This record gives sequence, C-alpha cells and structure tokens, in this order.
Amino acid sequence: MAENIGDGSTGENIAQPAHFAFDDESNAEIEKILAKYPAGKQASGSLPLLYVAQRQMGRQTGSAWVPRVAMDAVAHRLGMPPIRVYEVATFYLMFNTTPIGRYHLQLCTTTPCWLRGSDDVVAACRKFTGIKGWHETSADGLFTMTEVECLGACVNAPILQVNDDFYEDMDAARTGELLDALKRGEAPKPGSMIGRMTSAPEGGPNTLTTLHFQTAE
Amino acid sequence: MPKVTVDGITVEVPAGSTVLQAAELAGREIPRFCYHERLSIAGNCRMCLVEVEKAPKPVASCAFPVADNMVVFTDSPMTRQARRGVMEFLLINHPLDCPICDQGGECDLQDQAVGYGRDHSRYAENKRAVKDKNLGPLVKTVMTRCIQCTRCIRFATEIAGVPELGATARGENMEVGTYVEHALTSELSGNLIDICPVGALTSKPYAFVTRPWELTKTDSIDVMDAVGAAIRIDTRGGEVLRVLPRINEDVNEEWLADKSRFAIDGLKRRRLDSPWVRRDGQMRKATWPEAFAAIAARLRGLTGERIGAIAGDMVDAESTMALKDLMGLLGSINLDCRQDGARIDAARRDFYTFNTSIAGIEEADALLIVGSNPRREAPLLNARIRKRQVAGRFPVAAIGAAADLTYDATWIGDGPSALTGLLDGSQDFASVLRDAKRPMVIVGQGAIARPDGAAILAACWKLAAQTGMLAPEWHGFNVLHTAGGRVGALDLGFLPGPNGKNLDAMMGGGVDLLWLLAADEFDMSRIGDDTFVVYQGHHGDAGAARADVILPGAAYPEKHGTYVNTEGRVQRGSFATFPPGDAREDWKILRAASAVLGKPLPYDTLEALRARLEGANPVFARINQLPRFGCSDHSGPAGDPAALGEAAFVSCVPNYYQTDPISRASATMAKCAALYQPSLAAAAE
Repeated sequence: MAENIGDGSTGENIAQPAHFAFDDESNAEIEKILAKYPAGKQASGSLPLLYVAQRQMGRQTGSAWVPRVAMDAVAHRLGMPPIRVYEVATFYLMFNTTPIGRYHLQLCTTTPCWLRGSDDVVAACRKFTGIKGWHETSADGLFTMTEVECLGACVNAPILQVNDDFYEDMDAARTGELLDALKRGEAPKPGSMIGRMTSAPEGGPNTLTTLHFQTAE
Repeated sequence: MPKVTVDGITVEVPAGSTVLQAAELAGREIPRFCYHERLSIAGNCRMCLVEVEKAPKPVASCAFPVADNMVVFTDSPMTRQARRGVMEFLLINHPLDCPICDQGGECDLQDQAVGYGRDHSRYAENKRAVKDKNLGPLVKTVMTRCIQCTRCIRFATEIAGVPELGATARGENMEVGTYVEHALTSELSGNLIDICPVGALTSKPYAFVTRPWELTKTDSIDVMDAVGAAIRIDTRGGEVLRVLPRINEDVNEEWLADKSRFAIDGLKRRRLDSPWVRRDGQMRKATWPEAFAAIAARLRGLTGERIGAIAGDMVDAESTMALKDLMGLLGSINLDCRQDGARIDAARRDFYTFNTSIAGIEEADALLIVGSNPRREAPLLNARIRKRQVAGRFPVAAIGAAADLTYDATWIGDGPSALTGLLDGSQDFASVLRDAKRPMVIVGQGAIARPDGAAILAACWKLAAQTGMLAPEWHGFNVLHTAGGRVGALDLGFLPGPNGKNLDAMMGGGVDLLWLLAADEFDMSRIGDDTFVVYQGHHGDAGAARADVILPGAAYPEKHGTYVNTEGRVQRGSFATFPPGDAREDWKILRAASAVLGKPLPYDTLEALRARLEGANPVFARINQLPRFGCSDHSGPAGDPAALGEAAFVSCVPNYYQTDPISRASATMAKCAALYQPSLAAAAE
C-alpha cells in the first residue's frame, strides 16, 4: 500500500490548529495571483492559494502543511464550497495535509534514481534522521521523509528534494553532509552536488570540443 | 438531425445527443453506474463502453456525442470484452457481502455482475477498506462498497444544492465523504439512497429490515406536504416499511423529500386503535356503538349553529366531503379547514392554487417569494426552483426571514413594507418583474395566515396584475400550501357558509359540539371548556388529548383517498395496509355515524362518494390532469391591498421535520429535529 499518500478521511486524528488567517505577505501574493483570473473564475486560484497557505504555515510554524482551517480560508477567499478545496488539497501530494518537519526530504526511488543508487541515499537519510518508515517525522521534528515518484531530473540522478529545492548527484556521503548542514541551520546551494553545470557532463564538455568561436570584431 | 445506426437499427437523434441516448432511443439498454439522466455526465465508471465503427478503441457512450452516420455496436464481442474488463476492475475492491447488504436484490452492481462478471476473482490481494462516514440519522454508509461513481456528489451539488459531499484523496485512497464529519444539511438527502447504484448509501432506519422481494408495493400519493409527490408504499405483513418516489415529471420528477420518506415509523406509534369515550372526566375505551351513542346523546337538542367541524391538514377529499355533508344534514354551516387561520379567498380557484404549476416554474423568468421558505415548506418544489435557476437567468427575490434556499435569492425585506415598495415601484426588483416575460410570485402561508393576510393576498394579486404575471397564456400568481389536504377541502368549500362561524368563532364556546377531523394544528386550549369535542383521526396528538369522544381513523397509507396538491392537481392515493385495531377508513366512520344520528349519508360505496365529489366540484373528475391556464380576469381576491400590517413574515414551517401527527410520532424525525433544529426540538418538549 502506498503509505506516503495522505489518508483521505483525515481531519479527525491529527491536532488541527483552531484558526488560520492569511498574513500580509500572503495577502500581497494572493492579490497578484487572483489578478490573473477573470471575474467569476476565481476557483482556478485554489492551487496557488493552497501553496500560499502552505508556505505561510512554513514561515509561521516551521512546518509547511495545510491544516483544514487553512483550506477553509482558501475556500472563503475564493467563494467556493469548502469541500471543493478539500478535494483539491487531498488530491495533490505536494500539499501536506498533516504536519511535517522543517525539512521535507522527498526521495525519488523511481528506476533511474534507483539504478544510480537511491537506496544508498535513502539508507543515509534513515541513518542520519532515525526515521524508520515513510511519511514520518524525526524525533527532533526537523526532518520528514517521503518517497516520491520521478522528479524529472533523471540525468542528475539520484535526486533528493528538500522542501522546494533539488539536490542532485547524491550519494550516501554527500547526503550525510547535506543533512548535517541543514541541521546546523545552513542553506546549502541546491543543484548538482559534484559541481556540474545543470546537467552538463562531469568534468566539462566532452562533445563539440573542437569547435572554436571567434569573438566578434 | 444526425442518423445513427445502433446494432443495425437506424435512429434519428437530436444533434448533441450522446451515443447512450441514441442507443436508448433504438431500444438498446446500456449498462451504467455513473451516468444518470438528471445529473451531469461524469464518465468515470466506464461500464457503458460500446464499439463505434472506425473508432480505435471502445468509447464511453454516456459522454460520447453522436455524429452523422455513426455505426454503433452495443453487443459486439469487443463491447462485451470491454465491459467484462470494467466489471472485473470494479469488483477488485468491492466486498462480497451481498448477503448482508441492504441493496441486495435491487443493486445495479449485482444485476450487471450477472451479465458481465466472471464466476471467480483473479485477485488474491487484500481488498481496500474504507472507514464509514456519518452522514446523519437518515443515510447509512458502508463506504467499502463504494465504486466511486460520484452520483451522490453530483446530486448533492447539482440537485440538492448543498455542496457538502466530495471525493478526497486520490487513486486507491480516494474516498467519498464530507472530509469534515457532519450530517448532510439537505431535505432531499434520502434520494442519495436511491441514486447510489450499490449498497454504499442505504437507508439507516430501514437497515436490515427486509428484502425487496418480500415487499408488497402500492402506488400512492404523498400527503406530508402539499406537493403531492408520487410515491410507492412498500408493506410487509401490514406494516409500512418503506416509501420510495415514483416518477412523475410534472411534480416530483424522481425525487422525494426526507419527511415523506422517513416519517413512516410514526405510523406505528401513538396510534388510535379503538374508540374512546370520556365518562366522569376519564377517557375510557369503548366500542363503536358506545362512541356513536355518546355523540348522539350530546347532539340531542342541539341546533345547527351550535355545531362545528374542522378538517385537518392531511385529510382526503372523500372524508372532507362526507363530513361536510353530515354537517349539512345536521344543519350546520360552521366549517373550516384553515387551522392556521390563513385568510384565503376561495371565490375563485386561482386565488388559492399554485397556478403556474410546478413544472411551469421551468418556464418562468423571474420569481418573487412572499412569506415563504419553500425549502422547508415544499422541498421538491424548491428543487424545481433551483433547477430553473441553474439553467440560467432567473432572478429570485424573497420577502421574509432570510434563509439559505440552496439558490441565489435576494432578500428585499422581511415584511409587508417590501411589498408596498414593489407596488409603488420604489423597490428595484419591481422593474425586474415588469421586464420579465413570464414572472411569477409565490405567496406562502406565512404571509396570509395572519390578521392582515387578506390584504397581503390582495396586494400580491395587485402586484401580479401590475407586473404582467396575469396574462391570457400565463398565470404567475401562486399560493404555496403546506397541508396535503387543504386544497381539496377548499375545492369542496369546507369553509364557513353565509354567516357561519370560522375557526376563531368556534373557539371559546362558540359551538357546543366540535367535530375535529384529524385536526391537530391549532391551540386546543382555545376550545371552550363546555364544548364537546369529537376527535376523528389516526394519532393520539393534540386533538385526541382534548377530545370527549375519539373515533379512530386511518392514516394516508391505510385508505383510498383523493388529494389535491397545491397546484390543484387531483390525485388518488391507494390503500396499502389496514389501519390498526378497530380503526376504520374515515368516510366509513362518518357514514356509520350519520346512520346512528338518524341522518344517513346518501352513499354506501367509495364509488358513490366519488360521484358525489364530482358533483360537488367537477375538478374531481380530472384525475392526474392539470390543464394549464392563463388569467384574463384581473379582479383580485377580497381584501384591501393598502391595509397592510407591519409585522415581519414568519415561515409557517419553523421545524421541517415535525409538522403533523405522523412526523411528530416518528422517532426518526425526532432525531432529525434534534440534530438539525436543536433549539426548536428543545422547545417542543
């Protein structure tokens, strides 16, 4: 069974905050978002608004998730029945309907990443955080591990997505260093961990090496 | 129109039809779960797959539009193979619990599995289990059985207008429910049970009661409100176990309101099953002759003007006629059928009926509601208004206490002053009504059951005449009744004769003998202490508590009866089961009493009584027919349109779930009232 998918009937067994209101930063974002949709089509804004709510929770509590009251706030803001927002929020796995750690470790274990050693990355994460299963949070509340399907960056496999950032070309040692840095509160630079420029070959170009460009006169 | 060939049968269908509709037209049945004629098309169950020539793969016929010269095969090997595959998928997670499932015997999945299912499953994996949801006291859920057709979600959103159900999570974890647990806040929630193609949503009060093939089915008419929905009464061994809607496109389509469906357990409680007579201040069980003798003794020496009769809200026209005739033989013209004191002018029939007709709502293009909350007073009619508004461009304004009617309504005031504003044009909605081609007004009992009711009725008529609601081919003036027997009684003129006493005048000793025909809805303490009260009815409710003689009558499933709904549509309900104990059909009681009183009524059979009905008012000859008519005579009902009071309108149905003796005796309705209207339920106790 897919343990990483939120239970659709939730809302009962997790402690939900009693209140949620968009703060000034969120409200500014929402104004920009809603300006994109014609009058009467505000419901289209439910996805971006849920992200706004999730980010605000991240800012305010250190746990970027969407509690039910936040879904209600989105529904109220867009003039939709709350259930329509619940449907959207529970459908997309990128919305966390349960509290998560400060760093959401999203580990790709699909074939290309797996072939390139994602099992080692997973094992390193488990060893570092002490997390046993999936969609669990470490005892210190810093890390949550989630297994995800292809993140679409297979050329730099294996991938470890932390919150919104991709860390690429991972292995066990580099995973340990990354988590250590995160734990210290640093923000390591995302991208390839072995210094590749995007997905360019390791150690510089190996095709079209004979081409020389003349500088314009 | 495109020509489509379905299994060799060529049919012409309107452009834009779906393949499924074309196949139905050709007489080919297509299996389906998610498709429902009255709901939007979802196309997610895939059971309706058919083969279309030149299409590379089977198409879902419910969502596939026809094209000219399309050739469809609904029974080809490819179609059958596709449907077998779909059925196998559907059954992967569906439990094999038919023996303990209430849907068994009337289950779409069960039926279609016989046609397209394999004899065994190829899956060894565990089936998924889903937590049951609590949707309130009426709908029971076994969500593991859900095949996610989403019919219930679409019904709640589109027809009932309460978008509370949804599908949360995704894939194997998808669940249908409310996410946040709460009871559905709809008066039409019982219909979810009917539209659910499997046993996921079943009736909570009816759980594990019986199997459908054990039931005797009787077609009848509902009288719990004045809509007159077509119903089927299911009985077993003399017990009414279930009420289901029948299709009547003109009235209820295929829906039924919750009270009509679930109040039937009240038919088994607090019943009057034998005559009672008060002797020395105590009510004592008696025989029929003793009860009649007690009435005869009290009647001796009484003149007609000291005798009165009040007809109740759920009484059939036959009993009303018999009582009126009996009173006539006794010389009394003190009759009233308006327990709520509604100021109705019965001079013309269109002064007190719903002239636009319920189906006619769909032709209207603007609506004003005065002193009514149709959602509580007539949920099915309210659903029709919602259907009209969903179709587009239907401004609705309402005067009264603001409430959620499940559609957009502008509340332009809470009392008669808003009506004045409309009449003199100072209220903006007046121009909306004037500009509309087919505007209509609905006047509720809350607007006319008050001292200035006649003036309000006259003012509404004046407004109707001013704004073009009264035209030779359109009648937009409507009175919405809430009592199933009221219009029938009005048609029979069960009203005070010339200088006769109305209900108010009969109170406080205005008459010496008062005959209550299942009348329980007015304050019994107003009856004078010395008035001798004969209560003829089926429940031990307010009237029976005050009575000196109780004559046990029959409730609506226990008698053949003619009922006239708020539109003025004459319909016949049927006998489905016997009344309990010594109780009898009401007209027979009146006939027997008349003989003892020495003034025998001139009919001995139901046919003769019905002939008398037709003689009294020719509308009773037009069973199930409702001719549409316009209005060319603009002279209005009696009342001064200017003499309006100040008080705000109050809906006459504060508590939808408990409005009559049957629903007040119902444990299910008591649960609903406690849940949905706790303040009122507490006050009633």
